[in-house]
Amino acid sequence: MDVPYTTKPRPDTGLYNAKLGIWLFLASEVMLFGALFSSYILLRVNALEGTWPHGLLNIPIGTFNTFVLISSSVTVVMAWASLKLGQFNRFKMYMGITILCALAFMVIKSIEYKDKFTHYEVWFNDPAKPSIRGHIEVPGIEGNPWFMTHKKLADKKIESIKIHPDPKPKLASAKQEHGGAEAHDGHEHGDHPPVQEIKTSEIKRLSAFVPAHSTYFAIYFTLTALHALHVMGGAAVMFYLWGPGAKMWKTDPERFTNRIEVSGLFWHFVDLVWIFLFPVLYLL
Amino acid sequence: MGDAHSKEDIKKHIKTYIAIFVALLIGTVVTVLASLIDLGHAFNIALALLIASVKAFLVAGFFMHLLSEKKTIYAILVCTVVFFTGLMALTIMAHYDVPVLIK
Repeated sequence: MDVPYTTKPRPDTGLYNAKLGIWLFLASEVMLFGALFSSYILLRVNALEGTWPHGLLNIPIGTFNTFVLISSSVTVVMAWASLKLGQFNRFKMYMGITILCALAFMVIKSIEYKDKFTHYEVWFNDPAKPSIRGHIEVPGIEGNPWFMTHKKLADKKIESIKIHPDPKPKLASAKQEHGGAEAHDGHEHGDHPPVQEIKTSEIKRLSAFVPAHSTYFAIYFTLTALHALHVMGGAAVMFYLWGPGAKMWKTDPERFTNRIEVSGLFWHFVDLVWIFLFPVLYLL
Repeated sequence: MGDAHSKEDIKKHIKTYIAIFVALLIGTVVTVLASLIDLGHAFNIALALLIASVKAFLVAGFFMHLLSEKKTIYAILVCTVVFFTGLMALTIMAHYDVPVLIK
């Protein structure tokens, strides 16, 4: 039995069924991300003055990734238009570029995540001493340790660690009105602060920039990881349609074109979410 | 869609897609630059969200063909807008309903 209305519009909806389906799904996705966005807003506006960290993400990398995702959004719609014009080879090229962009986005996102997992903040028992952010050296561990915490230091009976504090940010950007945050960074004088040795006994808390670091990173990882899952899901579907699924072009070209349109609609939605995530998490 | 897309239409669409692509790239650069200027925190947020909304409109309107869709889809999306707005309204109401912290 044939699946009904894969190409012909259903008289009552005016749409082929898959298009109605994907829009219903996207409507539910809006609510899924909406719920997380509203959580973000609530956490953000209720954060105590000066406690919401700024400038901890790499803006050039984030901007570049935005370009990558926008480019893939164009190429996927071009892939669909190519099929409409009967140009299968062009479709292959555009869809291929889209998939490569999706992969590039994931690779870049992974690099960003890795940087966060190996970048630390140290708080001291002495309340007068401001916390320090930077990369750490732990005796017995080669290179940058991942996911180190003060508890692990204590368990391993490590007496002291070295920290390479972050250079003072060059752009004294729009965040100056947050007096608290400014004072927080007040220790970072000079472009290359010297390496410091810190006794474990002085440390109140040590955390990488992982979800446990702060509310900010908790919501950052929740939102970006959910978005990344969507990127991977979209890429998997598009890869199928680019590869084995493309056989349908020979038997049922109209239906295949509709499949590309529907997967493209999902892909544009993933791009849309990022359009909001990027300024909210990186810039504000 | 009883397919209203003739080949000529598609060729016109392609030109639009390229224009939207350029607009989106510019929008991204503008967002980043705008965030570097101190306009006051509230205004910075408003501006960033405004630019994001314009970009979202371009993607949804043209890449997703929402400007020329069937009524059924508009009906679905009206529901989404209502619920989404309600969700955000509840969030904001909740914010004003929280007791002020005693310092």
